[in-house]
Amino acid sequence: MKKKTIWATLLIVVSTMFFVACVDKNPSQKEPLDTQALTSNQSEVHGKEILPGDIQITNPLNAQWVADGKAIYDVKCQSCHKLTDEKLVGPGWKGVTKQRKPEWIMNMITNVDMMLEKDPAAQKLLEECLVRMPNQNLTTDEARKVLEFQRSNDGEK
Amino acid sequence: MNPNSNRFLSALAITAIAAVSLNSCKPKGAEAAISGDAASKVYVAPGKYDEFYDFVSGGFNGQMSVYGIPSGRLLRIIPVFSTFAENGYGFSEETKPMLNTSHGFVPWDDLHHIALSTTNGEHDGRWVFANGNNTPRIARVDLKSFRTAEIIEIPNSAGNHSSPFITENTEYTVAGTRFSIPIQGNPDVPINTYKQNFKGTISFVKVDSSTGHMNIAFQILTPGVNFDLSRAGKGKSHDWFFFSCYNSEKANTLLEVNASAKDKDFIMAVNWKKAEQYAKAGKGKMVPAEYAHNIYDEVKHQATSTIEKQVLMLDPKDCPDMIYFIPCPKSPHGTDVDPTGEYIVGSGKLAALIPVFSFTKIQQAIANKTFDGTFDGFPILKYEAVLHGEVQKPGLGPLHTEFDNNGNAYTSMFVSSEIVKWNIKDVKVLDRVPTYYSIGHLSVMGGPTRKPYGKYMIAYNKITKDRYLPTGPELAQSAQLYDISGDKMKMILDFPTVGEPHYAEAIPAEKIRNNSIKIYKIEENQNPYAAKGEAQTKVTRNGNEVHVYMTAIRSHLTPDNIEGIQQGDVVYFHVTNLEQDWDVPHGFAIKNANNAEILIMPGETQTLKYIADKVGIFPFYCTDFCSALHQEMQGYLRVSPKGSNVALMFSTGKNYPAVDTTTKTVKP
Ligand code: HEC
Ligand SMILES: [Cu+2]
Repeated sequence: MKKKTIWATLLIVVSTMFFVACVDKNPSQKEPLDTQALTSNQSEVHGKEILPGDIQITNPLNAQWVADGKAIYDVKCQSCHKLTDEKLVGPGWKGVTKQRKPEWIMNMITNVDMMLEKDPAAQKLLEECLVRMPNQNLTTDEARKVLEFQRSNDGEK
Repeated sequence: MNPNSNRFLSALAITAIAAVSLNSCKPKGAEAAISGDAASKVYVAPGKYDEFYDFVSGGFNGQMSVYGIPSGRLLRIIPVFSTFAENGYGFSEETKPMLNTSHGFVPWDDLHHIALSTTNGEHDGRWVFANGNNTPRIARVDLKSFRTAEIIEIPNSAGNHSSPFITENTEYTVAGTRFSIPIQGNPDVPINTYKQNFKGTISFVKVDSSTGHMNIAFQILTPGVNFDLSRAGKGKSHDWFFFSCYNSEKANTLLEVNASAKDKDFIMAVNWKKAEQYAKAGKGKMVPAEYAHNIYDEVKHQATSTIEKQVLMLDPKDCPDMIYFIPCPKSPHGTDVDPTGEYIVGSGKLAALIPVFSFTKIQQAIANKTFDGTFDGFPILKYEAVLHGEVQKPGLGPLHTEFDNNGNAYTSMFVSSEIVKWNIKDVKVLDRVPTYYSIGHLSVMGGPTRKPYGKYMIAYNKITKDRYLPTGPELAQSAQLYDISGDKMKMILDFPTVGEPHYAEAIPAEKIRNNSIKIYKIEENQNPYAAKGEAQTKVTRNGNEVHVYMTAIRSHLTPDNIEGIQQGDVVYFHVTNLEQDWDVPHGFAIKNANNAEILIMPGETQTLKYIADKVGIFPFYCTDFCSALHQEMQGYLRVSPKGSNVALMFSTGKNYPAVDTTTKTVKP
């Protein structure tokens, strides 16, 4: 199996060499574009990934953040997430801060395209919900406030 | 080595030989070389971007279309002067005021020309202006949102053709009347009193340099000719504006014959700086006028229309040395100023030559009073005294001229269906290429600016006949793309267009691309009917007027069950899209509405008016495929007979009216 691959690679390399050699003599002729590679190669613009240790979780809760987080929730999240464990468009939020790491939640909020691209847990949720969690354009600070609100929803003091 | 490897070896040998013979590099026939070359020049690979945005007038569709160049791909249609059922422009309550005029709501116009805003004579990528030819108007489209942001009606005008050309720093956009009409006083006069009663006007519309807002600074009363096109001066001729005019015969019937009698018509040169000073010095008169001024507020997501009541009119009789007439052979159409501002090219559409005037000579003739009589009291400059040269035998029916960055001009020839390239300095023809067929405007990338980008040129053709697969009696119009980077112009692409393209202007993509907005921030939404979150959704009644404050998100509308509407009610659906992600619009439509749909962009609120004309259950749904559960994004409106006692009620996932007070579980 391995050998086959090597031979095939060699074959491609050699025939490409002939091709390239010709192109050099005739600059007006361009190498055919590999459209397949091009289309799958578009870079997506992600937010900055939040890493473990980037955010501090403290008690007691910051009451101002809880209130601000609730206000953001009402406008940008409530239509898809209930505060119970009941699913709406996305999962209900009850228990989410117990189940997930804080940075995981933060990334889900500010960096959802990245999460759905590479995080298995996020991908599993998408399989269940079949709707992509939207990027609701929150700043890191705003996401942190929503997290505080989620913690209060989970009974933390 | 297993047996398979041998097979691979021989395969390798065969492929290698095949590759050698296929790529033996023998010279190809000229035809193959050109076509191979052409395809690669216009090929923009999937997922890659075009080099230029091309803003193309839609003519009789009243819209502006945006193409990518060099691929010729249609990127967007921007509704401007015509309603657009596709996204609700002119149908939603928020956008209806954009089409308001002194004659009420006008749902259509004929959009002819494009002017991209400039600073120091170069594209700044902020706005694009367009003219409404039929009901005189100028529109400004914002290049952050690609939406019509403002429309101003032009009073004392008919047939706003000579528009919306702009001065070098977008100080002004102009409007010149194609049809003269009675201006001021009693308009109810016999048509054949044209010579006594009909006048033209030129309007200078000031553009606020920070907001882009337009207001008519002043109008200039002119002789009753037909103004056709215009261009502002550049550099040394910065203070001047040049307007081509035909029908100096002042005919009011059978213009085909009667307006083509004289050997020469005119280019009217206006010193707009002087006009500006006269206006400031109080030489003008405020005269009554009625015109609409419509502005779209991006924060309120709402347009307002204000009717203005007067306008400042300058009578050139009180403003000496402001206007001069330059004789120009046979019904001039285009009047185009080269990148240096020295040369003004007139294109007499019935003339056998193209005259090129010199700005320096024009200034000398004015200073030395080298006049050749007067027209309606205005000095006519002596043709020979202001002429730089004439392009001899350019072709038939010259219409428009654009310029490259190497001192060359390109003129479109309607009758002989070709483009002629010539050198400005020595007025010698250098090259010609056919167009298919009957070219109107042409556009060189950056052609009307001080620094043309060159590289490509596009012909906008009136007739396509056999160019594409037949589609019944009505055929598409077309654009043809030429590579002008070499000495010879080479056609490299031919693509059909929507509407009727007149003028177009292209701009390098990087001047716009990164400013394009992706969403409207929901926090900033100031629409009085916005529901920012489902908690704010509600249904209110005021007499027979019902307001539904609704939200949309993948994949439900809130509320989605509405009862208590009565026959005859006027229902306003105010739909707020709660999404904050790029490219997630939702749509809204309701069965049997005598109206279009609305498309609502992320963070935006739009309103659809619906009259409950019959009793029944009326489904509504999202029209823009938004998610896997898009087909589930729907709801019902119950309309009961007038005076019915069904209570006003609204919910999502509740199943009201409930038999008991416990709410039912929500189905995901
Ligand atoms: C359009 C509906 C929608 C909106 C609005 C929405 N989400 Fe989500 N959310 C989802 C879906 C669906 C998932 C599951 C993942 C997927 O399918 O992409 C999800 C998953 C999540 C998760 C992970 C939940 C878990 O159980 O692990 C978090 C945290 C989250 N969203 C936060 C937010 C926040 C914060 C907001 C508001 C700023 C928000 N979401 C707005 C649909 C939505
Ligand atoms: Cu939808």
